[in-house]
Amino acid sequence: MYKVINKERLHEIIYSMWIEAPEVAQFVQPGQFIILMIKERGERIPLTVADFGRGKGLIRIVFQIVGKTSEELSTLEEGDKLFSFIGPLGKKTEIENYGKVITVGGGTGIACIHPITRALKEAGNEVISIIGARNKELIIMEEEIRKASSKLIVTTDDGSYGRKGFVTQVLKELLDKDKTIKKVWTIGPAIMMKVTCETTKPCPVETIVSLNSIMVDGTGMCGSCRVTIGGETKFACTDGPEFDGQLVDWVEFMNRLSRYKDAEKKSWDLYHEPTHLCSCGRG
Amino acid sequence: MAKMIHPKERMQREQVPMPEQKPQERSHNFKEVPLGYTKEQAIYEAQRCLQCKNPKCVPGCPAEINIPQFIKKIVEENFTGAYLEILKTDDLPAITGRVCPQEEQCQQVCILEKQGKPISIGRLERFVADWARENNIHGKLPKISIKEQRVAVVGSGPAGLTCAADLAKIGYEVTIFEALHRPGGVLVYGIPEFRLPKSIVEYEVKEIEKLGVKVVTDFVVGTIKSVDNLTQEFDAIFLANGAGAPRFMNIPGENLNDVYSANEFLTRSNLMKAYLFPEYDTPIKIGKRAATIGAGNVAMDSARTALRLGAAKSYIVYRRSRKEVPARAEEVHHAEEEGIIFNFLTLPIKVLGDDKGNVSGMECLKMELGEPDDSGRRRPIPIPASNFVIEVDMVIDAIGTSANPIVARSATGVEVNQWGYFIIDDNTKITTKEGIFAGGDIVRGSATVISAVGDGKVAARAINHYLNSGGSLRKNNNQNNFKIRR
Repeated sequence: MYKVINKERLHEIIYSMWIEAPEVAQFVQPGQFIILMIKERGERIPLTVADFGRGKGLIRIVFQIVGKTSEELSTLEEGDKLFSFIGPLGKKTEIENYGKVITVGGGTGIACIHPITRALKEAGNEVISIIGARNKELIIMEEEIRKASSKLIVTTDDGSYGRKGFVTQVLKELLDKDKTIKKVWTIGPAIMMKVTCETTKPCPVETIVSLNSIMVDGTGMCGSCRVTIGGETKFACTDGPEFDGQLVDWVEFMNRLSRYKDAEKKSWDLYHEPTHLCSCGRG
Repeated sequence: MAKMIHPKERMQREQVPMPEQKPQERSHNFKEVPLGYTKEQAIYEAQRCLQCKNPKCVPGCPAEINIPQFIKKIVEENFTGAYLEILKTDDLPAITGRVCPQEEQCQQVCILEKQGKPISIGRLERFVADWARENNIHGKLPKISIKEQRVAVVGSGPAGLTCAADLAKIGYEVTIFEALHRPGGVLVYGIPEFRLPKSIVEYEVKEIEKLGVKVVTDFVVGTIKSVDNLTQEFDAIFLANGAGAPRFMNIPGENLNDVYSANEFLTRSNLMKAYLFPEYDTPIKIGKRAATIGAGNVAMDSARTALRLGAAKSYIVYRRSRKEVPARAEEVHHAEEEGIIFNFLTLPIKVLGDDKGNVSGMECLKMELGEPDDSGRRRPIPIPASNFVIEVDMVIDAIGTSANPIVARSATGVEVNQWGYFIIDDNTKITTKEGIFAGGDIVRGSATVISAVGDGKVAARAINHYLNSGGSLRKNNNQNNFKIRR
């Protein structure tokens, strides 16, 4: 169980893996996430599902190296096994035939927006996807997203590929031009989701975000992932991860994402010490 | 043979005190606080037992242990016999011997309690279980008459483990579904290492697995398969998924970075072993001054964990007075010895923070006690304009839990009460749906390990009766399907 079936390096620091997890694959829905542990001494990290193959019993995860655990995950090879892989967790995306909708993905959020985009299109929506990153190399899963949506627009901050600029600029143009757009989904770095919500607010168009809070169990037991939505405390793991973006307390959300910054740095430094003495298996 | 002592001497003997790690030492480590009786101490203590003809301690034990019998075997130095005696009804003896509130159960009704020195039943139980484990003595596997019925148990805490063990001993095929990556429920995520070493939980779970119980981890019933799905595969189901969701005070500042629920704080430390960070990868806040809100056992565990992690000051903040403290006397005593600072009659009203979201203090009100409230305890009333600030850099909410709805939502026909706990018949633990039973904290709210063990036993008996009388969820489902198809 939980075997790495396929590994692909999408960018210097972004990886895609298909994991064998038949029960998760049987029940997972777009928008849901999993929690994995690499090893017994590892931490539990949540990742939004990037794709799934029900028949083959496979779940695809896409992650960027941001700390020790993600770097260690990137060292696993095909055939290696994860210690734990739990899911599907969280509520599924509310998929309906809304008419015309937009999905916006930034960074590894591009991967998370993929199954949602596909499901929206399958439900009969006209789906315009906007994906963006700092530069051309960081644009991932372009072909999959193109296939999953009715129309795809790519942006890069430096103009090395697609439109030069941010996803939000393209989004604003589309919203100004077309008043029939019913709903927007946006997944990416917190600051990108926040700015997306500011862009859609004056229209107004309902905007759904997916919050990647810090979690432990992921089943509503610990409350680590709590966020304030419209003045009320909610758990990203069981009430979310998707919420109405206009109601999110972004300052609190971003503060809470940095709760373990110091510890994460310590872990990272120790992992990169040439003669480190911890028992992570790196020698 | 039993070494008889003179009845007069028996009555004169004092309780053998439990050897413990010194408070100054233990407040800096996660090793177990009580060290356990030696063989000699156990025998000396066991000899005090009067061997009552109509023992009151036995009905006082939810695990139904024949207490005088196992104590007699200790006196006879037949520790294997004592262990097998306990195992007849309790498959978690090293656990219950440690965490049961014996002073409110078996020891409270002990004849010698009148003299203020009841038999130390819990300590003796712990001795026997530890001795057996250290000497590689195992329970005899029952001669199982294999039954064809299958039972699903949701949750691997004390209720689930007990129910599964009892049913496996009768011969049923039992599968436990556990949401986390390790079995044990509150025994592994909630109770700290210094009260209940995790290696002991692991050991007793393995012993239960040897009875033929299958434990499936990483399986969240309600998001993978629903309870409804399970009714198609199993003949009966026992829901023991625990109370689950943490409660908060709902005061301003409670979502600041270093405000924890006790569930999160303890899960990080116990299940994920954050106290061994960075050897283990899960981090935890090392507060300099930690405030724990609440005064139950979980609050004591949290405050003492914060101290061991390195807090210079660890406070308990409780709105009532010392008299109303719900934690076990022994836990409060241990906490005080270790230097936990108790702030009674204190109500937190706001957590203060800086612009980065870090906790800088907690504003509180002083309280006084008024007339008794619904719980019979004197109601704490805020004293106007008594506001003051406790300087802290982290806060732990240990004010209880509420029902996690994930399992209940996936169980058609199984009703919950207004708080989300399953409605059951107390004598059989049956829910509002035939074939589905429930017990432990998801029925009682936050209670004790031993009451969960008791629920597991009662449910196992009722499930056996249900299956013996021809009941079966699986058959009912198949019959219905058959009808529909026709």
